[in-house]
Amino acid sequence: MTTTPPVVAISDLSTRLGEVWIHRHLNLDIAAGELVALVGGSGSGKTTLLRQMVGLLTPTQGTIRLFGEPLFGGGVVRERALRQRFGVLFQQGALFSALTVFDNIAFPLRELRCFDATTIRDLVMLKLEMVELLPQHALLLPAELSGGMVKRVALARALALEPELLLLDEPTAGLDPDRSAGFVRLIRRLGDELGLTVLLVTHDVATLAALTTHVAVLADQHILAYGTLDEVRQFDHPFIRNFFPPQR
Amino acid sequence: MSRAGFSETRSASGQPELLLTGRWTLRALAEPGTTAAAWQNRLRELGRRDAVSWNCLDIEALDSVGALLLWRSWGRKLPGLLLMRPEHRHIFERIAAAEREPAAVVPPRSPFEGLIVLGAGVLSVIRQLRDFVALLGQLALDLLHLLRHPGDLPAREISANIYKSGMRAMPVTALVGLLIGIALSYLSSLQLRQFGADIFIVNLLGLSIIRELGPVLVAVLVAGRSGSAMTAQLGVMRVTEEIDALATMGVSSSLRLVLPKVVALAVVTPLLVLWATALALLGGMLAADIQLGIGVGYFIETLPKVVPVVNLWIGLAKGAVFGLAIALIACHFGLRVKPNTESLSANTTAAVVTAITVVIFIDAMFAIALRNVGLPRL
Ligand SMILES: Nc1ncnc2c1ncn2[C@@H]1O[C@H](COP(=O)(O)OP(=O)(O)OP(=O)(O)O)[C@@H](O)[C@H]1O
Ligand SMILES: [Mg+2]
Repeated sequence: MTTTPPVVAISDLSTRLGEVWIHRHLNLDIAAGELVALVGGSGSGKTTLLRQMVGLLTPTQGTIRLFGEPLFGGGVVRERALRQRFGVLFQQGALFSALTVFDNIAFPLRELRCFDATTIRDLVMLKLEMVELLPQHALLLPAELSGGMVKRVALARALALEPELLLLDEPTAGLDPDRSAGFVRLIRRLGDELGLTVLLVTHDVATLAALTTHVAVLADQHILAYGTLDEVRQFDHPFIRNFFPPQR
Repeated sequence: MSRAGFSETRSASGQPELLLTGRWTLRALAEPGTTAAAWQNRLRELGRRDAVSWNCLDIEALDSVGALLLWRSWGRKLPGLLLMRPEHRHIFERIAAAEREPAAVVPPRSPFEGLIVLGAGVLSVIRQLRDFVALLGQLALDLLHLLRHPGDLPAREISANIYKSGMRAMPVTALVGLLIGIALSYLSSLQLRQFGADIFIVNLLGLSIIRELGPVLVAVLVAGRSGSAMTAQLGVMRVTEEIDALATMGVSSSLRLVLPKVVALAVVTPLLVLWATALALLGGMLAADIQLGIGVGYFIETLPKVVPVVNLWIGLAKGAVFGLAIALIACHFGLRVKPNTESLSANTTAAVVTAITVVIFIDAMFAIALRNVGLPRL
């Protein structure tokens, strides 16, 4: 049996936006089944890194491979097939404002063109139940949702295509502690059931401790440390000392 | 990646058994050539034959799509004889839970659907008119406020709007004016020459361009160019809650956003009318020179004699009224945008269409009201 390539492989990535270098010589490999938290100061380039991983921004230098494949090239069909293997939750939700919650979640399923209307309806209701929303919420428009509900609908949409890799930008920001914990449990369970690989950006140490197998610290324009929470804690750097206060 | 599959076997106790193997995931099931419905029918048929036991222990991967497929072919319940790994059972528990949730109530269709649609349409028109009057009232209040607090005059915004919708519109209005002048002059001169009435080209062009074409042409261009931009700007500010943010800072959105646009267009449109009229006359003059041999000098000399100057004032007054109407309509629709993209595009379209219609309507009013003014009798 051949060894499976890492789900995410970033090598020697450098990014310049305008005149500023956001990343320099950044390397990160994420193996299948890992639940990785990406932490870093505000404005350190976490969202930018995520946008590059999903192909919305091209790196100035370096390469990014998902599932061992490059993001670009090889024709529309290959690119689309690759993009259907990961789901993204944007920091602001990025729901389609003209579509109801139901249609937002159904949209990627309809794009596949292989399910009939009842199957899609059942799948959407299932996803809603997964993120603890009620069926009557399906009829609302994004503008009629609370901030936390937007996050949950966006997660449901990201989960719609049963992705193998889930990229979440601050999924628990805006949720109450109870929901936030439920969210974390949900992601962990999905990870167990489906062998999902998850990369999430978070500022919440509680989420991070409860959920993740690995922590990646983005500071000084590169991945400063990557390992389990305890390994990362050992690392001596001002940012890490501030982010993870010493255990009492 | 192994595909989803199943085979019929017999279990140790000799019972018929269905052995499910492979990946029961969305990607494996959605391969070209098969549809979910086809899978479901095959499974349902197998399950119906006799009391089979389902062996799901060998399934490599199961996601909610695969699970839903099985669930539906089992008739929305777990079969009596089932072997399954516990982590897969969780998925079915979740499906069952989702089904227990009461479905969302969609209000039933009323038998008076047509009447309701009609009524809603009428009410919406009434509401639009009311909102429009409210906007006018608010602007009047703003003007009163400005009289008492002249320091609050949004001078920078007015100036920025004048630049954006005036200066920036000069090239396009010039080009359109020039071309229309040339086209009109060519066509008319062909006709006039047949009657030997060559010199009347001056009367014809002068009157039609100065009084009618210049103002309407500019108004249409301004509505399409600045009107749509104003609606879209206000609309996006509604979508991104910027207008709410302004309100919480105690900044009146009508004073800071609407008034400058209205003032700017009311000032700038007559100037654009003047500019476009001049260029249209220039184009007409050149074409007349080439086509009919009527010299530019003669044209300029004759124009004031045959076209009374009051026509120019009428044209400019029309320009000011048109500009006012376009800006008010654009802002009215911009403020009505609901926070979604569909509403943004609908209101932008409505703003431009309404503005152009209203402009033509006002133009007709002018024509009727001023039918005895400025038309030379021969
Ligand atoms: N389009 C852009 N052009 C220029 N600079 C940009 C652009 N987008 C982001 N930046 C800059 O890149 C840096 C990183 O931004 P990014 O959004 O990735 O931060 P972040 O780590 O996600 O922060 P936060 O935790 O606050 O979300 C910031 O300094 C930002 O100003
Ligand atoms: Mg960010």
